[in-house]
Amino acid sequence: MKTDIEEINRNIYDIKNKDEYDFKIKKGLTKEIIEEISKQKNDPEWMREIRLKALETYNKLELPTWGPDLSELNMDDIATYVRPKTKMTDNWDDVPDDIKNTFDRLGIPEAEKRSLAGVGAQYDSEVVYHSMKKELLEQGVIYTDMESAVRDYPEIVKEHFMKCVPMSNHKFVALHAAVWSGGSFVYVPKGVKVEIPLQSYFRLNSPESGQFEHTLIIVEEGASLHFIEGCSAPKYNKVNLHAGCVELYVKDNAYLRYSTIENWSKNMMNLNTKRAIVGKNAQIDWVSGSFGSHISMLYPMSVLNGEGAKTEYTGISFAGKNQNLDTGFKVIHNAPNTSSVVNSKSISKNGGICTYRALTKINENAKGSKCSVSCESLMLDDISRSDTIPVNDIRNDDIEFSHEAKIGKISDKTIFYLMSRGISEEDAKAMIVRGFAYPISKELPVEYAVEMNNLINLELEGSIG
Amino acid sequence: MNELLKIENLHANVGEKEILKGLNLEIKKGETHVIMGPNGSGKSTLANVILNNPVYTKTAGNIEFEGENINNLKTDEIARKGIFMSFQSPEEIPGISVMNFLKYAKNKTTGQPVKVFQFKEEIAKNMEELKMNASYINRNLNVGFSGGEKKKTEILQMLTLQPKLAILDETDSGLDVDAIRIVSKGIKMFSNENNATLIITHGTKILKELDVDYVHILVNGQIVTTKGGELAKEIEENGYAQYIS
Repeated sequence: MKTDIEEINRNIYDIKNKDEYDFKIKKGLTKEIIEEISKQKNDPEWMREIRLKALETYNKLELPTWGPDLSELNMDDIATYVRPKTKMTDNWDDVPDDIKNTFDRLGIPEAEKRSLAGVGAQYDSEVVYHSMKKELLEQGVIYTDMESAVRDYPEIVKEHFMKCVPMSNHKFVALHAAVWSGGSFVYVPKGVKVEIPLQSYFRLNSPESGQFEHTLIIVEEGASLHFIEGCSAPKYNKVNLHAGCVELYVKDNAYLRYSTIENWSKNMMNLNTKRAIVGKNAQIDWVSGSFGSHISMLYPMSVLNGEGAKTEYTGISFAGKNQNLDTGFKVIHNAPNTSSVVNSKSISKNGGICTYRALTKINENAKGSKCSVSCESLMLDDISRSDTIPVNDIRNDDIEFSHEAKIGKISDKTIFYLMSRGISEEDAKAMIVRGFAYPISKELPVEYAVEMNNLINLELEGSIG
Repeated sequence: MNELLKIENLHANVGEKEILKGLNLEIKKGETHVIMGPNGSGKSTLANVILNNPVYTKTAGNIEFEGENINNLKTDEIARKGIFMSFQSPEEIPGISVMNFLKYAKNKTTGQPVKVFQFKEEIAKNMEELKMNASYINRNLNVGFSGGEKKKTEILQMLTLQPKLAILDETDSGLDVDAIRIVSKGIKMFSNENNATLIITHGTKILKELDVDYVHILVNGQIVTTKGGELAKEIEENGYAQYIS
């Protein structure tokens, strides 16, 4: 019965389309396969070389020796490139019906009309739709898929691609660089303030496949942007893999807010890498909601290279049965008077595992820097787990540092209080969990906050034993 | 039927320790009852046991509400029967505004949809009577409220939910004279011939402006004396000494 409920819960996310594609690479990871992907994608020579070098790096690197067990993942079972049966368009009407219906159900075109300045939608390995408001185009803002960027802005891409996150960083970054496809490229020129968010949505429909989108965002001096990414997939019995890479360049006095709502299906290995390099008096804010996936390893990183650079990380994860969400935040204070603020919350139930894993490094030169970390975990039963693993590497004395971690259960007193108002135990728990998540959900764009509350309600339905 | 609450020979434990030791109490519609007693006598336990707080175990006795045994009902079911409790330390509930909480609780207790416009007007009026700043309606329930504001919000909930029996557990404790006056005004606004109030208190200030029908003295888990409103005055002057054997 339980399983039925969980299946119904994900309703809109789980509607899968027929596994139809224009081209699906054979499973596995060999030089021939990489060459074939490169050929299929009409890579320029320099990109082909990056891919091949990345494959070599991949083969040399070991799996991480810490964190969740990744032994279920076998690259021989994963198709790394699946081209949908359509070409990219800026007109929804041209998107094939089954793909269009998928994004319609997820509310993407609706959100574009209401509250977004631009939208990208990726289906399996390729972006199928991209559009942006004319005003932004006139201001010189570029928002396009990564393939077009490689073709149309090769100099910018060459200068930045896999430079913020080196491919030797870890095995799945190397994998990403070898097989990457799709993703978004954003360039905001000096001084341009993009007031309304841009959003890219990533949907993986094809079973036993991977999504490896690359997001490259450059916010020039004094410019600002809010970028939102959403991800989901229907559930299959076999493992799917997501190993995206996000590289963000926030130049002096610039501002970038990067919001993610991840609701992958529970057969997904989400091994994603995100990093921002932040200039003088610039700021990057990460807002991150992790609800889906079987295993996640995700630790966005801010490198505060400019004096007075700031970063904030606001994250929530919710792990249920068979979910191991290993998430956190890394920050390197690499200049004087830099500051970082972390506010992380996690909820685990039904045997789910949430781990907050973090690195805070404050270098010798980062005098006058401030770092404050707050982690709170809520466990809804006795079989779930929650852990906080912070690593602090602090190399000068002239700093302020605070770390606060709280692990707790739902208070029986609070449940009693709510029940004394005629509210059932189940509804009371959902209300408490929503309240716990509230400081994070209020940071999310409103549609996502609503979606998050719905997810919490659905996740808690029938979970009271 | 005038009978609301009837408690017979109630025994209750917290853990292994017996707190209520054979308590009897009857409350009829239209009545205002007061329970007084020294610290640790079991006053708050009584309120919690009536609402079946799982921290306490009933070991003997019966609680009937409108002729129905409610011993084994869950707290939310008891609330839906029409019993309300104002808490000594109300919980903070982030993520839901006072207005949305009132709407939600009203809907849950009555099972009826709330007529929003009328509902909002009524709440605004009650908040004015309770001298609550109108902005509180949009704040998260009890989050960062002062002790006094929390207690007023409890009274606002009582006025909104219109229970048949309101139990006020030390609602006056920690309040200054003005706040106590506002709380007793709220109780007066609430009281009518179809409902009843059970006030658990340490002090007598809250009783000054109320028409109290019965004052019960609770000592060591039992009601040892019951008299009219004049008993409160007597306690104020002489304390509980004569009732503690």
